[in-house]
Amino acid sequence: MKPAYSFFLASAALVATSISVAHPQSKSNENKNAEVYAELGKAPEKARNRANPMENDSDSIAAGRLLFEDHCAECHGETAEGGKGRKKGPSLRVPEVQNATPGTLFWLLTNGVVRKGMPVWSRLPEPQRWQLVRYLKSLGVAQSSVAESKP
Amino acid sequence: MPRLCSFLVIAFVLLTAVLSCPLSAQENPYFVAYDHNLEEPGNLEIEYFSTFGTQRGGNNFHSYWTEFEYGVKAWWTTEFYLDAQTTFDDSTVYSGFKWENRFRVLKHEHWMNPVLYVEYQDTNGTDKTLKEVVGHDVEADFLAPNAEARDEHAREIELKLILSSNTRGWNFSENIIAEKKLSAEPWEFGYALAASRPLSLVGSAKRCSFCKQNFVAGVEMYGGLGDRHSFGLKDTSHYLAPAVAWNLPSGWTLRLSPGFGLNDNSHKFLLRWGISREIAGFGEMVRHVFGGKS
Repeated sequence: MKPAYSFFLASAALVATSISVAHPQSKSNENKNAEVYAELGKAPEKARNRANPMENDSDSIAAGRLLFEDHCAECHGETAEGGKGRKKGPSLRVPEVQNATPGTLFWLLTNGVVRKGMPVWSRLPEPQRWQLVRYLKSLGVAQSSVAESKP
Repeated sequence: MPRLCSFLVIAFVLLTAVLSCPLSAQENPYFVAYDHNLEEPGNLEIEYFSTFGTQRGGNNFHSYWTEFEYGVKAWWTTEFYLDAQTTFDDSTVYSGFKWENRFRVLKHEHWMNPVLYVEYQDTNGTDKTLKEVVGHDVEADFLAPNAEARDEHAREIELKLILSSNTRGWNFSENIIAEKKLSAEPWEFGYALAASRPLSLVGSAKRCSFCKQNFVAGVEMYGGLGDRHSFGLKDTSHYLAPAVAWNLPSGWTLRLSPGFGLNDNSHKFLLRWGISREIAGFGEMVRHVFGGKS
């Protein structure tokens, strides 16, 4: 039993270290957000031009809202204007996101930005990812983002 | 001591689960196979699994294990296991621990997504979790009484190449397994194949426990492939197991899987079940406890 306990303690220490280094704060959140927004520009043309098959589905915004609450609000905030604390995801109500095509947002959800902490969401079936996109696009640009962008 | 250990683990699981911020999960029903979907960074998933197994020529058993799965990065998940088992008309024993790490290799999603898996395990001969079947693992290996088997110690390294695809609502996963005892024994090989799909691909506009989208049905097949000196299907065991997961809106996931041995070397029947809960922002909670800044 003794080696087992010592290994347990060693593992716990390693996990705790992993937790503490998981989100280094070497870069400002603005820089990090800019890098995530820049990923939108990397969507291939074919992906960008895909139309949302749930566009005319009357329930898709409500369903997308529930999916957002379950999977996205934790990092991006309840109103999608950006998360708080160390696990701060960028606002999704900025022009960079709101002006992106539905296909671009779908592509980003599918591929994530793994090196910047945004998980891959291909585990959600395609129709659910499109419902999320529909909900995101329904939110529009936040007033705070409009005010910030004015000189 | 094992009782105290189990009590502490269960108490920790319940406390954390009750006090934490739940997250509605979207889990596959697999017990043995791995897919490429890693834990979200900063989240902890606590899982309890059980396996009831029949044993020809000996006593049936109930093995159980608790997993603590933490998303270190979006491309790295680490997991710690504690294993135990009860052999009927024999005894209950602690079997050992395992520590695994999974690393996503590619940045973007592809038609097939590789994940590298590295595990260290320190178990005794009473381990009956059947979490992986490798080499010439056969039913007869489980016949030794616990008092005798617990004296046999095994420290092992296990490597897996996980290949997994999500397409049209389906997940297809293939795991290639190589395991080596940290002694002079040869590398042993095994495989696990799995496929699953939610009963509905479209999200519901209302919160509901019994919506079809919350149920994921699938099937797993796994078994041994011999070792370095005798690679192949001879003297190996294999299993086929339908499985279902129920992802509740409260954040809990329930899993059930009856498994069937495919040849005379396999246990005739395995019944697996499990319960898990994902805790959002666990890493941040820990940092707060140790005085970290937000």
